[in-house]
Amino acid sequence: MENSVAYEKATELRLGLPGIDEPAVLSSVKNNKRPLHDEKSGENGKSAENETAPPSKAQIVGWPPVQSYRKNNFQQAKKSESECGGIYVKVSMDGAPYLRKIDLKVYKGYPELLQVLENMFKFTIGDYSEREGYKGSDYEPTYEDKDGDWMLVGDVPWEMFIRSCKRLRIMKGSEARGLSCSGV
Amino acid sequence: MAYSFPDEVLEHVFSFIQSDKDRNAVSLVCKSWYEIERWCRRKVFIGNCYAVSPRMVIRRFPEVRSIKLKGKPHFADFNLVPDGWGGYVLPWIAEMAGAYPWLEEIRLKRMVVTDESLELIAKSFKNFKVLVLFSCEGFSTDGLAAIAASCKNLRELDLRESEVDDLSGHWLAHFPETCTSLVSLNISCLRSDEVSFSALERLVGRCPNLRSLRLNRAVTLDKIANILRRAPQLVDFGTGYYAAELQPDVFSNLAGAFSSCKELKSLSGFWDVVPAYLPALYSICPRLTSLNLSYATIQSPDLIKLVSHCPRLQRLLVLDYVEDSGLEELASSCKDLQELRVFPSDPFGAEPNVSLTEQGLVAVSLGCPKLRSVLYFCRRMSNAALVTIAQNRPNLTRFRLCIIEPKTPDYLTLEPLDVGFGAIVEHCKDLSRLSLSGLLTDHVFEYIGTYGKKLEMLSVAFAGDSDLGLHHVLSGCESLRKLEIRDCPFGDKALLANAAKLETMRSLWMSSCAVSFGACKLLGQKMPKLNVEVIDETEPPDSRPESCPVDKLYIYRSVAGPRFDMPPFVWTMDEAVRILH
Repeated sequence: MENSVAYEKATELRLGLPGIDEPAVLSSVKNNKRPLHDEKSGENGKSAENETAPPSKAQIVGWPPVQSYRKNNFQQAKKSESECGGIYVKVSMDGAPYLRKIDLKVYKGYPELLQVLENMFKFTIGDYSEREGYKGSDYEPTYEDKDGDWMLVGDVPWEMFIRSCKRLRIMKGSEARGLSCSGV
Repeated sequence: MAYSFPDEVLEHVFSFIQSDKDRNAVSLVCKSWYEIERWCRRKVFIGNCYAVSPRMVIRRFPEVRSIKLKGKPHFADFNLVPDGWGGYVLPWIAEMAGAYPWLEEIRLKRMVVTDESLELIAKSFKNFKVLVLFSCEGFSTDGLAAIAASCKNLRELDLRESEVDDLSGHWLAHFPETCTSLVSLNISCLRSDEVSFSALERLVGRCPNLRSLRLNRAVTLDKIANILRRAPQLVDFGTGYYAAELQPDVFSNLAGAFSSCKELKSLSGFWDVVPAYLPALYSICPRLTSLNLSYATIQSPDLIKLVSHCPRLQRLLVLDYVEDSGLEELASSCKDLQELRVFPSDPFGAEPNVSLTEQGLVAVSLGCPKLRSVLYFCRRMSNAALVTIAQNRPNLTRFRLCIIEPKTPDYLTLEPLDVGFGAIVEHCKDLSRLSLSGLLTDHVFEYIGTYGKKLEMLSVAFAGDSDLGLHHVLSGCESLRKLEIRDCPFGDKALLANAAKLETMRSLWMSSCAVSFGACKLLGQKMPKLNVEVIDETEPPDSRPESCPVDKLYIYRSVAGPRFDMPPFVWTMDEAVRILH
């Protein structure tokens, strides 16, 4: 028993038992550096659990050992049918520090999508015309399709768009204008 | 030599020797046998893709037709191995493309497979027949389309449990109309709603040798009957969705389709099951030997009804909704049962949500004389139950018990479960795989080292008191090949004292233990035939004192030397360069 105490203290090792008030850091694989525990936490789990047994447990990474494949599939199985099959795509905006993600299946058409993008990134999109693309703004919504090409949002029927869109990018400035000027 | 056989005769004799072990033994007899054997070896199994390089394999075995490779350590299944760790198959494919133009089979487990790799396979091997991607990732349906389009003699395409970027269900249409050779198709892991159903139907219809077909969730219940009617010769079938509003005509159509499959022995799938549709299976239940209901959220009464129709069942995978009562029924109905896996329906819940305890497992151990393999998640256990199980079933070869709460003691006596697991290793003399859980001291490892002579794989978590525990295992378990440990107070002493043992094993994984960085370096320096890799995502291990413990450690034997495809968070302890990065 002495040995494990020595190990615990000297090596900053903690066993991260549930029932101890741990920050959510435990459930993130990336953040493996764990805080030092002053109290002796791990000789036998009993004492730790009796002392601190909050109703919600912090999750230990990889425990219980349920395969992530199984976890993912089981989560999906539990969802209602309408929730299944969301089409999540990343949305980036030139100049913005981080990306967002939206579910294209939630929207009924282009007007709704464009409105959402405007609200999300706090900008305005111009008016769309088949001939000239988006006019009246520095920004143009574009998307990468299944073939890897960058296309202007709005050219194809909505259903076709959501099936082929892999990611969205709100282009700014001259690059954007270049896209709308190029032909069909 | 007058008394020696001509090479062709020896080669012919060797062709009857299929097992790797026997082949390896043959190659050790003498130099000429080594030479003859290496030219006629057709199948190679590489349990750790970093243990040897593709060039070395090709150099020794120039005429290989079938290769099986494994990549990431087992604990990758539980998110303990960070993304980007390694296990890339492309270098292997690239080398084999030139060296093995007649390669027919590639089987991979836990490897990173890109579309580029798949396209290279499709282009390079004219007689390619079998592709099994077990728990792999990194590829999309575009890569699959390349395989489908180019491999004219494809027999098996099995994507079990892989992570596929499902861009479009249309890839199935890339199988040419001339492809009639499929024997096995497993697309159960594809997650999108889209599958080109008409392409699938036509494909199934034109492959008369199709024996195994596992569909994904995109295939709805009403479509199953159509598929089955085109393939009444199926032996193994994985349903798609098994839920729909109960409609009599759909039901009778489905029941009829199932009953026309006279060879069907194995069923799986069953996502979102509506119990009312289970009786459609009753006609084939008497022949069923394998049933995977581990995604089926149906309750004990429905499970009991189904299982009681399956007297020939040898293999059952199920959720803990089966409860003790369901397992008792199983024990009385299914006397041929060899393998049982019970998965948790609510692994992260604080309280038990079902009435499944050690009693269920005890009942099965008593009632099923052929039971060999167990995987069991539960929330309580006792030494008495484990001893009973061990005495009932000395023929167990795999015993994996997961008591959900770490360090849970015997619920009756509040003692550690050392004695119970000790009984398991003592009575089950052929035990080759063991996973421990619950409250355990160094004593359990003493039992394991003493009795676990046939043990090949051991998984340990939140157990033991000191290095003595690890020492017992490393010094006692003669057959040990794979050891994986997490969150145990095992440190430098046992590891360094048993360094030589590590060369007799495939690999050792230790995470959240007490092995110091200094010990890792020492091990790397002293043992040139071991790759000692330290994984740390937060900072380089040498930015801290040498006595600090490493976060994760993966040690494996290798004749290829240290690898060079490591991500920034993996450091190798090499003798030539103190730390290679």
